[in-house]
Amino acid sequence: MSGPEEAKEWSCAACGGALEIVKVGFTYMKGNFEVDLPACRGCGLVLVSEELATGKMADAERILEDK
Amino acid sequence: MEQDKLREWENKCIQEEPPECTAACPIHVDARLFAKEMGRGDFEAAYKVLARNMPFPGILGRICDHPCELRCKRGEVEAPIAIGLLERRCVESAAGKLRMQLLPRREQKIAVVGAGFAGLTTAWDLLKKGFQVTVFDRSERLGRSLWDIPESLLPREVIREELSVLETLKAEIRLGESLDGAGFEEICREFDAIFVDREVAGPDFALGVDGNGEIAVDAATGATGREGVYAGGGTGRCGAWSPVTEALHGRKGALSIERFIQKAQMGAGRENEGPFATRLFTNIAGIDPLPRVVPGDAGAGYTDDEAREEASRCIQCECMECVKVCLFLERYEGYPKKYARQVFNNERVIFGAAHTKNQFVNSCSGCGLCETVCPNDFHMGDLCHEARRTMNEQRLMPASFHEFALKDMAHSGGERFALCRHEPGKNESAWLYFPSCQLCATSPAEVLSSYRYLKERLSGGVGVMLGCCGAPAYWAGRDDLFRETIGSLRLEWERLGRPRVITACATCRSLFMEHLPEMESVSIWKVLEETGLPRSTCGSSGATVAVADPCITRHDRETRESVRRIAGMLGITIDELSLSGEKPECCGFGGLMYNANPKLAADVISHRVQASQTAVPAKPFSPPGGWYRTRRQEGTDTAYYRTEVKEHDYLAYCAMCRDNLAAAGKRASHLIELIFPAVEGGDPAGRGWISWSERRANRGRVRDVILRELGEKGAGNVAEHENITLSMTDDVRRRVDERRILEDDIKKVIHHAERNGKRLKNVQTGQYRAFHQQENVTFWVDYTPEANGFTVHNAYCHRMKIVGVMG
Repeated sequence: MSGPEEAKEWSCAACGGALEIVKVGFTYMKGNFEVDLPACRGCGLVLVSEELATGKMADAERILEDK
Repeated sequence: MEQDKLREWENKCIQEEPPECTAACPIHVDARLFAKEMGRGDFEAAYKVLARNMPFPGILGRICDHPCELRCKRGEVEAPIAIGLLERRCVESAAGKLRMQLLPRREQKIAVVGAGFAGLTTAWDLLKKGFQVTVFDRSERLGRSLWDIPESLLPREVIREELSVLETLKAEIRLGESLDGAGFEEICREFDAIFVDREVAGPDFALGVDGNGEIAVDAATGATGREGVYAGGGTGRCGAWSPVTEALHGRKGALSIERFIQKAQMGAGRENEGPFATRLFTNIAGIDPLPRVVPGDAGAGYTDDEAREEASRCIQCECMECVKVCLFLERYEGYPKKYARQVFNNERVIFGAAHTKNQFVNSCSGCGLCETVCPNDFHMGDLCHEARRTMNEQRLMPASFHEFALKDMAHSGGERFALCRHEPGKNESAWLYFPSCQLCATSPAEVLSSYRYLKERLSGGVGVMLGCCGAPAYWAGRDDLFRETIGSLRLEWERLGRPRVITACATCRSLFMEHLPEMESVSIWKVLEETGLPRSTCGSSGATVAVADPCITRHDRETRESVRRIAGMLGITIDELSLSGEKPECCGFGGLMYNANPKLAADVISHRVQASQTAVPAKPFSPPGGWYRTRRQEGTDTAYYRTEVKEHDYLAYCAMCRDNLAAAGKRASHLIELIFPAVEGGDPAGRGWISWSERRANRGRVRDVILRELGEKGAGNVAEHENITLSMTDDVRRRVDERRILEDDIKKVIHHAERNGKRLKNVQTGQYRAFHQQENVTFWVDYTPEANGFTVHNAYCHRMKIVGVMG
């Protein structure tokens, strides 16, 4: 997951601010989800890590496609 | 899919049909399952299997005349399984295990006249159904011929013990009856229905007789000429006494009596009563002979160990022919009959509930190998194709299954590739070269050389058409898009004066032949056979290759033979794969498997190229649940599926086959590369994999060269982001390609991030990370700006849409 560790690795290049863990909304195949992710609260830039995108997120997509 | 269509599909798959032993058994004992349990040493479970069908298993298990053995498939390899001896061992060691439940009693009173094995069976069956049964016999004991059997085989104690069940079930036993004509009439008056065991029947019973003087019965029901009176048994009076046939007669009588009492249809659904012909096919090729186990003491029969060993010889008959050649069919742990039902259910559940077979339906390559190997021509591809069309109609098709492929198709049909022109300097075309989008994508130079050659050798003008034949839309079940695509191809073809079409891709040709039958087409290989090959060809003479036929040529013998003759003309020797000719496998591209189920497609091709998967000798197969699942639990990748791999280079004549084989690490070339080598003396089989981005660029190159020769300019519009230069290592290039991320997608992300400054910065490395949602996919790129462009470190994507920071 994109957690606090990952949040520390990245900063928002637009404002130079640090990332913090906030609720980020997602939608897919008529489903809506909220996930705690690192993001720049000011600029609204979120961070989805490679691990999350190719792991849990991909799994969730697959499950929703077979629904 | 409608219910009757489902029935039709289900009926085509014979995997669930009974094995020969069961079909040959007059009372359909599941000897296959019995042998399996015996082989496992679980004699109690085996006993339960016998007791399911056998009356008095302790008796019949010892004395059965086992007609099953005559039809045992193991017998076609060497000697049939000794089912009779196994049953004996089983009932001997499981003695006294029989438990009978007394059912709620029915009012009707049934008489069984004669306590031979047929009559006893009738009594047994009717008692189990709750009828009130009275057994009559002239003798002073039940059993008749049973007492003539040597005691060493059938101990007296066993007869008494087993037959005592009748009393347990509250049968009335009347022995020592005179049973003359008058007595029989009295029974007829007193009881609701009667079964007469012919072993006991008297000549003065008022029942019609047959030519042998036996009571005449209807073979299907055991009915005599008299209402309510049924008869059977007495097999020993006109041939060898057959205990199991006696049991059948008794069982037939019991069922008829039940139907008579219930006033039910007497003959309905009884076609397969008694021995019948099964439709189950079991391939015995490759099954090693194993001698039948001979009991150490012939008189005593098998010991437990001998029985276990003998039972293990059972090959557990089943079909699974299609599953053995298809990783897709194996991976979902079923077989077509089961799948047909699942696909049907998948369509039924429309709102709310899960469509758990969506990916399954879209994972089939449609290659048709199942139909070729199926004894009954079950075509899984047809089933899945129909289901895909339905999913599209119902608007339930997840975009992800086909989107990448359909976008690639749109590229081929768009301004970066599509083109249709007469030969430069001519205004008519006798011929029209259709090299295909995927061959242009992987072998642009060879396509251009071949076009030049065709122009040289053919007269009347050779036009060219670049575009897509519509296969991805067809495979996706997108009839609308497919019709639109071939409709515009047809218009272009007519505009050029309906020339004869030369195809370089077997899929294009196959679709044209089926959906544009008015458009005459011929494969480039056939044309080249006639024109002769160009003088300068690749240095492949003397090589030995294995031809990787594309699945689409399964029914196109002409093309397959043409390719082999051309290989011969090139001096190439062919070592055929066992799955070639009419039996090629798919490379994972067909049916858009690679798009809907990339993991499966990767596994399909890797099995086809990894020497470690070389054909393993056929093993006894058992239905899912047994040996199969055990293997899976052991972590074996495949239990059924076997393919053959050869060490030689593979020679493909389908662009996608070539590319997929090469991407999986197999040395593979395309025939066009050997005839029109891009590099003199090169090594086309060593060319390796090619990315989807390169494919698109190559298509554009073919178009540009042809336009240049025509003196025309290419499409001028270049989007801003396309001017970005990317650099990445081979590893990154391969990884992002496998994720179906195009360089174009990456450029868009970078372009977007650099323009609006929306990017993240890694505090340690200084690398940027940015994302951009393009239609249904969100792409993420890690990059570093350089003097002349951008270095890409990584890219990944997801389909879940980011709504944004909440609250």
